[in-house]
Amino acid sequence: MSTGWGRNRALALYGLLSLAYAFLYVPIVVMIIYSFNASRLVTVWGGFSFKWYGELLQDEKVLDAAWLSLQVAFANATIATILGTLAAVVLVRFRRFRGRTLFTGMIAAPLVMPEIITGLAMLLLFVAMEQAIGWPQGRSMTTIVIAHVTFSLSFVTVVVQSRLAQMDASLEEAAMDLGARPAKVFLVITLPIIAPALLAGWLLAFTLSIDDVVISAFVSGPGASPLPIVIFSKVRLGVSPEINALATIVVALVGVAMAIAGRVMLSRDRDERHRPTVTSPQPV
Amino acid sequence: MTALDRAVRRWGRLLVGLPPYAWLVVFFLVPFLIVIKISLSQAIMGIPPYTPLLEWGEDAVLTIRIALGSFGTLFGDELYAFAYLNSLRLAAIATFCCLLLGYPAAYAIARSSHSVRNLLLLLVALPFWTSFLIRVYAWIGILKTEGLLNGLLLWLGVIDTPLQILETDLAVLIGMVYSYLPFMVLPLFATLEKMDMSLLEAAADLGCRPFQAFISVTLPLSMPGIVAGSLLVFIPAVGEFVIPDLLGGPDTLMIGKILWAEFFDNRDWPVASAVAVAMLVLLVVPVMIFQRLQGQATEGTR
Amino acid sequence: MAQTVAQRPTFSPWTDPDAVPLIRFEAVSKRFGDFVAVDQVDLSIHAGEFFSLLGASGCGKTTLLRMLAGFETPTSGRIFIDGTDVSAIPPYERPVNMMFQSYALFPHMTVEQNVAFGLKQDGVPKPRIREKVRDVLDLVQMSRFGGRKPHQLSGGQRQRVALARCLAKEPKVLLLDEPLAALDRQLRERTQLELVGIQERVGITFVMVTHDQGEAMTMSSRIAVMNSGCLEQVGTPVEIYEYPGTRFVADFIGAANMFEGVVASDNHDLLVVTCPELERDLSISHSGSVPVGAPVTVMVRPEKMVVQRESPSETMNGVKGVVADIAYLGDVSIYHIALPSGRRVEVLRTNLRHTGEQELTWEDEVHLAWHPANAMVLTR
Repeated sequence: MSTGWGRNRALALYGLLSLAYAFLYVPIVVMIIYSFNASRLVTVWGGFSFKWYGELLQDEKVLDAAWLSLQVAFANATIATILGTLAAVVLVRFRRFRGRTLFTGMIAAPLVMPEIITGLAMLLLFVAMEQAIGWPQGRSMTTIVIAHVTFSLSFVTVVVQSRLAQMDASLEEAAMDLGARPAKVFLVITLPIIAPALLAGWLLAFTLSIDDVVISAFVSGPGASPLPIVIFSKVRLGVSPEINALATIVVALVGVAMAIAGRVMLSRDRDERHRPTVTSPQPV
Repeated sequence: MTALDRAVRRWGRLLVGLPPYAWLVVFFLVPFLIVIKISLSQAIMGIPPYTPLLEWGEDAVLTIRIALGSFGTLFGDELYAFAYLNSLRLAAIATFCCLLLGYPAAYAIARSSHSVRNLLLLLVALPFWTSFLIRVYAWIGILKTEGLLNGLLLWLGVIDTPLQILETDLAVLIGMVYSYLPFMVLPLFATLEKMDMSLLEAAADLGCRPFQAFISVTLPLSMPGIVAGSLLVFIPAVGEFVIPDLLGGPDTLMIGKILWAEFFDNRDWPVASAVAVAMLVLLVVPVMIFQRLQGQATEGTR
Repeated sequence: MAQTVAQRPTFSPWTDPDAVPLIRFEAVSKRFGDFVAVDQVDLSIHAGEFFSLLGASGCGKTTLLRMLAGFETPTSGRIFIDGTDVSAIPPYERPVNMMFQSYALFPHMTVEQNVAFGLKQDGVPKPRIREKVRDVLDLVQMSRFGGRKPHQLSGGQRQRVALARCLAKEPKVLLLDEPLAALDRQLRERTQLELVGIQERVGITFVMVTHDQGEAMTMSSRIAVMNSGCLEQVGTPVEIYEYPGTRFVADFIGAANMFEGVVASDNHDLLVVTCPELERDLSISHSGSVPVGAPVTVMVRPEKMVVQRESPSETMNGVKGVVADIAYLGDVSIYHIALPSGRRVEVLRTNLRHTGEQELTWEDEVHLAWHPANAMVLTR
């Protein structure tokens, strides 16, 4: 604790912090514990069992939906990362162009737009388009991917944009000065430097897609139900221990992924700290 | 050669800018215009289930038919007004609770040593990376009448009969605070971390007691984080659907639920669109503030 | 006036009317919106020069350099390098290389990869690249660090790598944007002379931007002083210091005492100037003709004056005053003398005696004296 803060105050502060963490984690822990409960009832402990995992892995509907969700999330993350990176380049590198205000508005709006409005709007667009040009036919993986890209692209843009803005612009100028053409500069210098942000953006888009219920509910059809829609319809009917098992698997996967990411970040941090200090350049 | 080169550069810019721009116009801007259009038409049985706004008559006369009926329904039935107000109320309370819980948490993280800070941050962000739906669902098991919380309270002897928490506004609030807490903590942390600690030392040196220093230095300086975090919680909370649907009861009226019901259950697309338009109007001011902040932030990092 | 200055006997192509300059700016202007960054600049730089653009921040020197590199296009005017108009040639096709203030070393590449980058862009065969990289790293004494990443180097080492990366391409012109600004003072002073040595060895024309006049004076063959987008004066360090062309240059380079006045008479080789705030008229050795009655400024450098108790002889200029402040700097002391008009004049005195004892002290009445040849008349 820094100067000026007494022991009691620090204790109170950390007490509140623990409370916040407890609030965040107790439900997840409870779910994990009950995924191993043989009993269907929440309040009754019927003994340790893997039964719900077994049932989950035999549920064709859930498995199909999970496979679809993975495909959608992968396609979405890839397209959103490409488009979002381009958008970030536009926002950071092209200072002035016609329609800049509209562009920044369209990037920022999906970040806060209630999903239910985006979902409704997307569906109405697809219906109107199908009427007008005959595409897309019905609700399919295509419509889900388009809708997901539209809202996750903004998140990618924000992540990449901040990294790009932090990047020393003279690095690109130096590469050009040494004879590299603009496209090559982007591929050889800019992309490797902002690569961590691209990865973060990709993961974010992947997560947003695989997690989305509301927008998917509008743009998915009977033939193409992603996992959250299937879970949602199960959950609306009440508690289902299968879902506990599914949740535990998700948490385990995310936990492992985060642990790896954290380790990578930590080791990079250490690298940076070895950096010798240099007096910062004065502005010209 | 030079003219060609300049042309290449111009086309290069276009090549970079056009895909995201076109995508957003076609899939984000146009849909909103369509929502507005449909909100001004009438519901009919058919595919699509609404009347066209523009119609070319037989003798090439353009007919514009604007039906304000959907908005009439909205203003006529006080159910809608109540749902709007209730959404605003619940979102505001949830935002305030997030701030109350999130500020000390963000403060503690920002003041923690470097070695644990990353871990603490990771722990705040971790739930976000797991499924939102599943996390909301987890509360059903905890809050329902024969659920864990009631079981615990009964066992402790605090209550004699189980409390009805699930299917009330309280459950919706708990769900919202729980789901949106990370969105409050992260921007708060970002501003608090940037704050120069020597400012507090200067305040103390000038005779300010710690609490006064917090009120007169820390709090004003963290205002951007407070505003950003509050908007990130408030705006989506107003339009929330999953939480009131799973944790709320039949009398939990929220605007997202109404929209859903109009669209999926009543198949009244014009009224659903009108509800969406009205929600947008309601959110226009907070969204504008958020965009301003976002713009300032990006200008600042340049 | 240039004739009176002692010049390097071997290298002064700018005095030769037949010499063809390597770089030529012709009426170059650059506007950013309403802001005029560079205003109608004409400038010639010769092959082999170490040329400095000197000025305060925002004077347009960096913009001028960036136009030479190709990062900015002139709003009007033309730029020639070796006889070719480069105004419309993109940076990656220009025969110039730039060393950036931040060094701009690619963080994801090793020192060797950084140095090889430019050669690779030109399609130089691999064995040749390896040879060249080794040579330039030897030149800047960084051969041992070829495998390191930039963040594993100190500031001085990074500076060397940045220099090596530019030299590897053997450009016609090497541009340096505040090359030493990121180094601490001691290292900076050592590197100044080293950089000049390297320049003389490789024979490449250097054009440097700096805001540090000491740096410009130490390193340059010629200096262009810039002020709000315009060239104030172009000349050798000696010319710039001893014969400033304008009040701005006199004030910007070194310290200067300036007296406003009017030309009273012009007798054979002495110009007499009447200054309202001084009792005696000032005489200045002739330098160009100034009409009688014209308003002028008389400039005297602090080290060109003598401070003494007794009144100076008739042939010298003299001003009476009171010692108001003494700044003791060790090797020298700066005396601030208050004139009867209330204005202060700075005089430099070498501390010849070891004891540190000052023969003059506060409130002493003194005279300032200087020879007519040691002052300048400025009309602009």
